[in-house]
Amino acid sequence: MLRRRLLVVTGKGGTGKSTVAAALGLVAARQGRRTIVAEVAQRTDVPGSLGAVAGEPFAETPLREGLWHISIDPADALREYLHDQLPSDTLARMLGGSRSFALLASATPGLAELLSMGKVWELAQAQRRTTGAQPYDLVILDAPATGHGLATLAAPSAFARAAAVGPVARQGRLIDDWLTDPRQTGVLAVTRAEALPVAETIALAGDLRAQLSLELEAVVVNGLSAQRFEREEEARLRTALAAREAGDGDAARESGATRESGDPVAFALERALADLAVARGERRQVERLRRAVSLTPLRLPFAVKEESGEADLGVLADALSRTLARSEEQA
Amino acid sequence: MSLVERLEGKRMVVVAGSGGVGKTTTAAALALALAAQGRRVAVVTIDPAKRLAQALGLEELGNEPRRVDPERLAGHGLEVRGELWAMMLDAKRTFDDLIARLAPDERTRDEVLTNRIYQELSGAVAGSQEFTAVAKLYELQREDRFDVLVLDTPPSRNALDFLDAPERLTSFFEGRALRVLLAPTGLAARVAAAGTGAALSVLRRLTGVDLMTDLGGFFRALSGLIDGFRERARAVGALLADPATAFLVVSTPEREPVAEAIFFAGKLRDAALPFGGLIVNRVHSLPEPAPQPAAVAAALTGELGERTAAAVADNLAAHAVLAARDASAIEHLCTTLGVDDPIVLPNLDAEVHDIAALAAIALRL
Repeated sequence: MLRRRLLVVTGKGGTGKSTVAAALGLVAARQGRRTIVAEVAQRTDVPGSLGAVAGEPFAETPLREGLWHISIDPADALREYLHDQLPSDTLARMLGGSRSFALLASATPGLAELLSMGKVWELAQAQRRTTGAQPYDLVILDAPATGHGLATLAAPSAFARAAAVGPVARQGRLIDDWLTDPRQTGVLAVTRAEALPVAETIALAGDLRAQLSLELEAVVVNGLSAQRFEREEEARLRTALAAREAGDGDAARESGATRESGDPVAFALERALADLAVARGERRQVERLRRAVSLTPLRLPFAVKEESGEADLGVLADALSRTLARSEEQA
Repeated sequence: MSLVERLEGKRMVVVAGSGGVGKTTTAAALALALAAQGRRVAVVTIDPAKRLAQALGLEELGNEPRRVDPERLAGHGLEVRGELWAMMLDAKRTFDDLIARLAPDERTRDEVLTNRIYQELSGAVAGSQEFTAVAKLYELQREDRFDVLVLDTPPSRNALDFLDAPERLTSFFEGRALRVLLAPTGLAARVAAAGTGAALSVLRRLTGVDLMTDLGGFFRALSGLIDGFRERARAVGALLADPATAFLVVSTPEREPVAEAIFFAGKLRDAALPFGGLIVNRVHSLPEPAPQPAAVAAALTGELGERTAAAVADNLAAHAVLAARDASAIEHLCTTLGVDDPIVLPNLDAEVHDIAALAAIALRL
């Protein structure tokens, strides 16, 4: 998966998409691949999850050995595009500085998405157009959440259709061909093992196929709860809880129960049973996802201490490395 | 004071927050709680969980609210004295309707609706879904059929789009640049007529003539709608700032939603929009005094065996870590936002997709 030129990471909001994109970036960089994680639509979530500060918009900012980050702003992408396309700098500056042109550009539906994708494409070229820029082995796009993410990916082909002729159409087609070439591009969806995100991921797989002829390459199920109990333990936990509740309260008082706090042991048993049910529900959702998208979901554990940033991301990256290695062995 | 009491007299409640924090559920539960108080409530939602939609009796997208069958609402510990209506917004159709309503004549309407740019790309415009949602709300509000409207904001990670949408549209339509574009001799016209200026010919070369012609057509057709659009955008802006409107900020205790909630609340303050309260969903908590994992393991070892007892204790310890994280996240949120009475809802071990579960939440509001 990390051998592609572009890896698009998408998924429903709140599934930890940016964190997974950052962790993938770490994994690729550790494997010695010169990697950049790109965000669009003024987002800068990735540096934060690495405990780093975001650089200037549109600047390729180093985060780690072999790992860079960029937040792509469409206005900058437009300036760069004009500079690139026009025969003279004066003309590029004139058009780039023209307010009418800027407004026309910002009012043109989908142009921001097209320009952003154009920059992603440029980043992934072996011969960079940006003067003095080094090529990357891998670009990881932390795409917007599902719906808007799909619109972003579809913008080049939509433009190619709308413009029909001329450089924009040509450019749109070029980017679209590259984007929909499975040798170049892989799409990965991040989800959680809950009904709604799983349903959205299944729908995304269908939309990708219908609108872009792209197949999902992998799904990551993030934030899976720890499976602490075996199935056969559930009945015993239930019996133990029922016994506490039916008891005369001596056992509870012995364990430090008060009227306000209740029995701490009963509380712990209730938690255990609730988490058992959650884990069971998660297994069901993972299975449902596996069947619907015909892929074995990559499982990532829930990381409790989210605040610590870097350390946790390292743990996540390790887990991801192992999961990827396993899935490649199986393939 | 309960949230429902705090929203006394409000005519519109906007539920905002980053994706995946339970906005739709919160909006639906709040609407139910308000309906229980005897008010006529419409909840407007965009692409909600299918099963939640089914629970509310919404089988499909639509542009008109439908009443949730009172029989569905009965028997969940909540006496619903008012009416609950719900609507799942179809953004594209609402936009089409809006254009139809604002167009001065059929020709202009058809010109926009059949324009290739509009058709190919209107779905992709950032902010259009947001604008459509508020525009619909404005319409419903003017019709005066409901006492309160509850809006579940679009699943945009950037809540700013939502706040800015009316203003951005207004300033765009009022802008000199657009007038230049749209004047009979403006840029669009000149482009369409194969303009001769250096910049224009470059523009044409860059974009392709067809695209420019279509764009010219798009903006020209849109010009017939401008007054209506501007009026609408202004009215929507005024509605958002009205004291009878309240913005509820929803978050979970996780890092990213908390950061988004703080960011969003700051934007509300900057824009002088009425903040109505903070809701923190999916909060883990412990009884006081906190149960001790070691003591729990000791008490259960005889009965369950060492392995299972240790697993129960481990599980409790993990829960305690989450409870501590959540408590500090709530404190951080409250201090930063200057809120002293957040609505804290417990982490539910099951997803909410029926009326019974909604009613259980509604009772806590």
